Amino acid sequence: MLSYIASYLVMASIYGIIALALNFQWGFSGLMNFGIGASYMLGAYSAALLSSAPTAEHLGGFGVPFPLDLVGAAIIPGFIAFLIGFPALKLKGGPFAIATLAIHEIIYLIVHNEMWLTNGVWGIRDISRPLYSQMPQQYDFFYLLIAGGMLIGFYFFFQKAVRSPWGRVIRGIKVDEDMALMSGKYAWSYKMQSFVLGSAIAGIAGGLFVHYTGFVSPTNFTPLMATFIVWLMVMVGGSGNNRGVLVGTFFVWGVWTGSEFLTDFFPGSMETRAGFMRMFLMGIILLIVIITRPQGIFGKEKIIPKYLRSE
Amino acid sequence: MLLEIEKANKRFGGIQAVRDCSFGVEKGSITGLIGPNGAGKTTLFNLVTGFHPLDSGRVYFKGEDITELPPNEIFHKGLFRTFQIVRGYEDMTVLESLLIMPTQQLGENFWNIWTKGSKIEEQEKKFTKKAIEVLEFFEMADRKEELARNLPGGEKKLLDLGRMMMADPELVLLDEPGAGVPPSLQQKVNNYIKRISDDKNVTFFVVEHDMNVIMNLCDPIIVVVEGTNLTSGSPEEIKSNQEVIEAYLGEEERV
Ligand SMILES: Nc1ncnc2c1ncn2[C@@H]1O[C@H](COP(=O)(O)OP(=O)(O)OP(=O)(O)O)[C@@H](O)[C@H]1O
Ligand SMILES: [Mg+2]
Repeated sequence: MLSYIASYLVMASIYGIIALALNFQWGFSGLMNFGIGASYMLGAYSAALLSSAPTAEHLGGFGVPFPLDLVGAAIIPGFIAFLIGFPALKLKGGPFAIATLAIHEIIYLIVHNEMWLTNGVWGIRDISRPLYSQMPQQYDFFYLLIAGGMLIGFYFFFQKAVRSPWGRVIRGIKVDEDMALMSGKYAWSYKMQSFVLGSAIAGIAGGLFVHYTGFVSPTNFTPLMATFIVWLMVMVGGSGNNRGVLVGTFFVWGVWTGSEFLTDFFPGSMETRAGFMRMFLMGIILLIVIITRPQGIFGKEKIIPKYLRSE
Repeated sequence: MLLEIEKANKRFGGIQAVRDCSFGVEKGSITGLIGPNGAGKTTLFNLVTGFHPLDSGRVYFKGEDITELPPNEIFHKGLFRTFQIVRGYEDMTVLESLLIMPTQQLGENFWNIWTKGSKIEEQEKKFTKKAIEVLEFFEMADRKEELARNLPGGEKKLLDLGRMMMADPELVLLDEPGAGVPPSLQQKVNNYIKRISDDKNVTFFVVEHDMNVIMNLCDPIIVVVEGTNLTSGSPEEIKSNQEVIEAYLGEEERV
């Protein structure tokens, strides 16, 4: 039971990092990124391929060990976001969302089909699990230190970033881009920075994921599990509020994993349907939030400048 | 001339919003721009500040051709504008929406946040102090932690002027600073504009519908009708110009 809780916390921490990254892009910068899951996937595969031993099954043998490969798991999705940003950031709002969704699908299909690169649906096996042989019994607890520590680190990172003058400009552009332009801010550059930064950090979460599970395949990154659930976490907690988003993440992930137990109560013939019931449950949560508290449980945070009282 | 517009043209689909329009704004003046609804006043502002490309014509600021520049670069030349529909950083506190304005902020660079903390803090203190002074000038110091969206209309306009003061521009384009301001506050807004013009040596170019406001605030006044400048002159000249009365004042009286 305890190790069940630890494994819940590890996955919640990993999702928490993606949710913070998405919250930065959407809640603070106004970028409706429906491709956040693609960055997560790219980070996961980057870490898996960079750290894997030479094999005939897929690209590999680069010999970049954990945690160094996490740098690659950030740079690769970050760079791809940079390239995508040129056309996509010409769009705003809904059209931007659709463009990122389409790119998500393209990346998913490439990973799914390019056998030489990713081994396709068979996935990548035997990804190193740091220090696993030393503590196979307590591994969830050990990994919780890594993933939880990273989550806390990124929480403070984003808190500082959005409160800085840099974050202030980013928030200003979200509220009124024309106004920001007329305040001398080069809006496009800031949006690009936000898009790249968020995508890179979602990529790190992907790297953390593969070193925890030791295995990765495209099924880990269905639209539901890679993007929709992350949006739900952000919206439940309250976009534009990092603390709220953490609460939203632990809540949504709790409901998702908890509902797995419930499906065990269904008779065998219902089992496949039970999976769909879980998805249905996620949809219900989204509806409840949108109808009763569109701003999320916590709502947007009011940021008061730090130096108010110093004369 | 601080600002010069030369034969500007702008067409939206079938509408010629601005037609061969030429005029200038003298340094140190509070120049008015009037004309009936749809005359092209806001479009002219959009052309000058780089929000719309011109079809033809040129815009010069301080003798420099700024026709092709985007708004953010025009701002850095010393030109600021407000928008007709009150807009601002609605989701931000009053203080933050002022702090965003200063140029040359070290902390606007992502890497500096992590490496130049103490210098950024120094700058932030300096700008915060300036922002509080600006708010005190407008007697709004008690609003500093309020969200901009919660301010009454008149104070939103004052916040617009406050943002301008944070940036120290040379020329400010105001698109209907009186719209949405209750009559009781109107005179106050005008007085602020006059004071800033005198004390800070800021040139103003003001679009305004209310004749009383424009007549006692602006000199000279430029009249545009159907996208082209009809005439310009002192308030007295404009008031007694038969063409203007027909094209504009007459219309208003009929309404
Ligand atoms: N972005 C746009 N797209 C299409 N047509 C436009 C656009 N902006 C302005 N127009 C048209 O150009 C003409 C001039 O509009 P403009 O807003 O400049 O007038 P205005 O003098 O500011 O009027 P008002 O006093 O009502 O503010 C109008 O016919 C308007 O419909
Ligand atoms: Mg107008």
